[in-house]
Amino acid sequence: MPYDLQPTYDRLIFELGSPGRVGYSLPEPDVPVEPALEAIPARYRRATPPALPEVSELDVVRHYSRLSQMNYGVDTHFYPLGSCTMKYNPRVHETAARLPGFARVHPLVPESLAQGVLALMHELAGMLAEIAGMDAVSLQPAAGAQGELAGVLMIRAYHEARGERRTKVLVPDSAHGTNPASTAIAGYQVIEVRSDANGEVDLGDLERHLGPDVAAFMITVPNTLGNFEPRIVEIVELCHSRGVQVYMDGANLNAILGITRPGDLGFDVCHFNLHKTFTTPHGGGGPGAGPVGVKAHLEPFLPVPVVVKRGDRYALDWDRPKSIGKLQAFWGNVGMLVRAYAYILTMGPEGLRRVSEHAVLNANYVLARLAPYYDVAAPGPCMHECVLSARRQKKHGVSAMDIAKRLLDLGFYAPSTYFPLIVEEALMIEPTETESKETLDAFCEAMIRIAREAEETPEVVRAAPVTTPVRRLDQARAAREPDLRWRPPARG
Amino acid sequence: MRYLPNTPDDVRAMLEVIGVRAVEDLLTRIPPKARLSRPLQLPAAMAEPDLLRHLRALAARNADADGYVCFLGGGAYDHHVPAAIDHLIARGEFFTAYTPYQPEASQGTLRTIYEYQTMIAELYGMDVANASIYDGASSLAEAALMAHAVTGRREVVLAAGVHPLYRRVTATYGAGAGLVLREAPAPEGVLDLDAARRLVGPATAALVVQSPNFYGCLEDVAAAAEIAHAADALLVVVSDPVNLGVLEAPGRLGADLVVGEGQGLGVPLSYGGPYLGTFAARQAFVRRLPGRLVGATVDVDGRRGFVLTLQTREQHIRRARATSNICTNVALCALMATIYLALLGKAGLRRVGELSTAKAHYAAARLSEIPGVSLRFAAPFFKEFTLRLPRAPARVVARLARERILGGVPLGAFDRRLRDCLLVAVTEKRTREEIDRFAEALARAVR
Repeated sequence: MPYDLQPTYDRLIFELGSPGRVGYSLPEPDVPVEPALEAIPARYRRATPPALPEVSELDVVRHYSRLSQMNYGVDTHFYPLGSCTMKYNPRVHETAARLPGFARVHPLVPESLAQGVLALMHELAGMLAEIAGMDAVSLQPAAGAQGELAGVLMIRAYHEARGERRTKVLVPDSAHGTNPASTAIAGYQVIEVRSDANGEVDLGDLERHLGPDVAAFMITVPNTLGNFEPRIVEIVELCHSRGVQVYMDGANLNAILGITRPGDLGFDVCHFNLHKTFTTPHGGGGPGAGPVGVKAHLEPFLPVPVVVKRGDRYALDWDRPKSIGKLQAFWGNVGMLVRAYAYILTMGPEGLRRVSEHAVLNANYVLARLAPYYDVAAPGPCMHECVLSARRQKKHGVSAMDIAKRLLDLGFYAPSTYFPLIVEEALMIEPTETESKETLDAFCEAMIRIAREAEETPEVVRAAPVTTPVRRLDQARAAREPDLRWRPPARG
Repeated sequence: MRYLPNTPDDVRAMLEVIGVRAVEDLLTRIPPKARLSRPLQLPAAMAEPDLLRHLRALAARNADADGYVCFLGGGAYDHHVPAAIDHLIARGEFFTAYTPYQPEASQGTLRTIYEYQTMIAELYGMDVANASIYDGASSLAEAALMAHAVTGRREVVLAAGVHPLYRRVTATYGAGAGLVLREAPAPEGVLDLDAARRLVGPATAALVVQSPNFYGCLEDVAAAAEIAHAADALLVVVSDPVNLGVLEAPGRLGADLVVGEGQGLGVPLSYGGPYLGTFAARQAFVRRLPGRLVGATVDVDGRRGFVLTLQTREQHIRRARATSNICTNVALCALMATIYLALLGKAGLRRVGELSTAKAHYAAARLSEIPGVSLRFAAPFFKEFTLRLPRAPARVVARLARERILGGVPLGAFDRRLRDCLLVAVTEKRTREEIDRFAEALARAVR
């Protein structure tokens, strides 16, 4: 059933309200205002007031409530978005992060007045290090891509400290786009390494590229086809034998908690997406948090400051002369760190392992049920996600995108489509462990129905969605004539 | 385990469909030598009541801005957060949604981002704003990289009044591209324009000023723009948008790029994050912007709708040649700011600015009456100012804390030359009574 049967709401906040209407409540001045304004030179004062809305509090509450109803979220829909780990976001975490002792603490309070939050950060860094088998963790990166940048910059600093000049970083062609993008910002030339048909690293191609000018190899484990790279230990050893550092993109960590650890596999660096594996909400695109873990030889290069424990006191350590520097103004996305910390404490060691086992079970169940109806990108068993191809449906003129849109009509968010790039018409499905068998069954029934529709009534699939607040949108027009802000209609 | 719904019966039924006997049989690709042979060494699982008790105990060990009177600034401010914001952003349809890559199922998020872009562009007096960057510092770093990409030049001249931690982040981001950062001095608290003129030249990609700057002083942005433009460099302005109900929009003073920290627009202090990096530009740069953009378009039935657009700039399409590596941004914080600006509106934002600057000026006058205490700089300020103290600022701050006052940020850690200085911020929330109490406590603390 469509989520919202009411007539489509089509307002922007600027199209509501009336001049003079207000939605705020602020105290009357208890000190003189005019002398202060006069102390500011006239040329620094705003000449024309900003054109902001003039609406009541109810106008605002109703408008944003109505807009929210035009979204699919994990709370309202199954969200099998591969590579994004759209698991349930526990509500107790929201309560915890809103405690005034976390939410209302200024970042520049004296350390002696922030011992609780510093203790939490120190413990969380230790727990993440244990989960990943790393020696040290920085909580500062704001998201996975910033964690990648930090990791690659640490590798760069490490080589430079050894007097080595290496200019290239190898990245598989199946990688997330952030891997090459972060690597390029860090000043490296990015070289793509081929994957074989199963999405595994083409060892011959890797070896060919492993020259003395290579600084690092960056790889996602399990890989972006949802498979564990069976030769990963050999790959890491091969890289190390050439003086190449190995970076693990931790986007898929949800598959291996308590089962295997990046550090034990030999990785030198890995980042964590707390908004994936550790349940912090995606928020419609962020905020996230992307802590980065390293082995001891990279520890001197961690971003400053590092949260340290001295005796029974916690402190921010700035005295780290080899540090790569800073990534954001303050210490990390603490609001997200509180949520991740609460999650790890809730699950405990056995619980975390069961998270991964059930994530793998759920993905394989979906794979098994859908394999008769869709091409499978790589043979199973998969880990926490599976990649299908709509090759077969394409012959009937139904693309992966059409299937994704049709799912919206049938009450599900869509899988990731057209990623990884090496799979034709890719549909990447990550159910996560927080979904029940009944939900997976309902999703599989919908997918099977679409496969049938693709053969019998492909026009139905191509016309989808028809139940959403808007139907397919003209992307080309949006890019050709960018309309990126509202402007008042011309009078006339 | 309340987050894991599958029962043993479910698991059995699923394994049967898959055709294996145990979950373990699904993990055979992981080489045995790579398996963890022991349980993770983590604390045992906690039930919800125990977890909350533990977290409350940790929270109680921090000085929050409810239990203390907060005069701290330096890039994060205790502005009032209207109650409606949290109720709205707590709607699961917003906070449990992903990046709006399926626009038909994400019109709520897309519309709020379009509204956000409109509001930020309007406040800054710029043509376009993006959907957000992580925080003010990383926004500035992205602006520096963009100026380098646009001009093909490598030097960035930063006024000494630009937040020192922002400068540090810019240096980190700029290392790969080989950016050379030069500091233009501000001996009197504001940029020395003659020195800036000498530093800005044919190798300069951008001149960066912050106004009000880190010390609280207002910079002459228009004069900085002239200097930058005379050398065909960009002027990048760091600007806190919450001040712009009263202060002039940087875009009207000649800025080419405007970035800032939007935390003051309804985002909780949260010990430093997540915050909201704002980023706005002139139209000419729209295809060079970092980060996501939402644009208006129509659907197949001609109805208005919104999509992520100009995505060929972004990492998931352009990969190593993307304008930035940013993927996850801070959409929910941008939503907080959007709701904040909708609630405050034209009149409310002006009121926030007027009250903040009025109280700051009142506080500056009261505090600098204390013997030995004086304003460090004579330049005009807005809601924040630098005091010179007759005693070590860190000691003074510790004494004030005993009276539950967070008196300011000692500046010695940021600049040795200012080791006798305290940075004091005053928002619209501070009352005359609190400021008077602060003045009395400070008088005792420096005696």
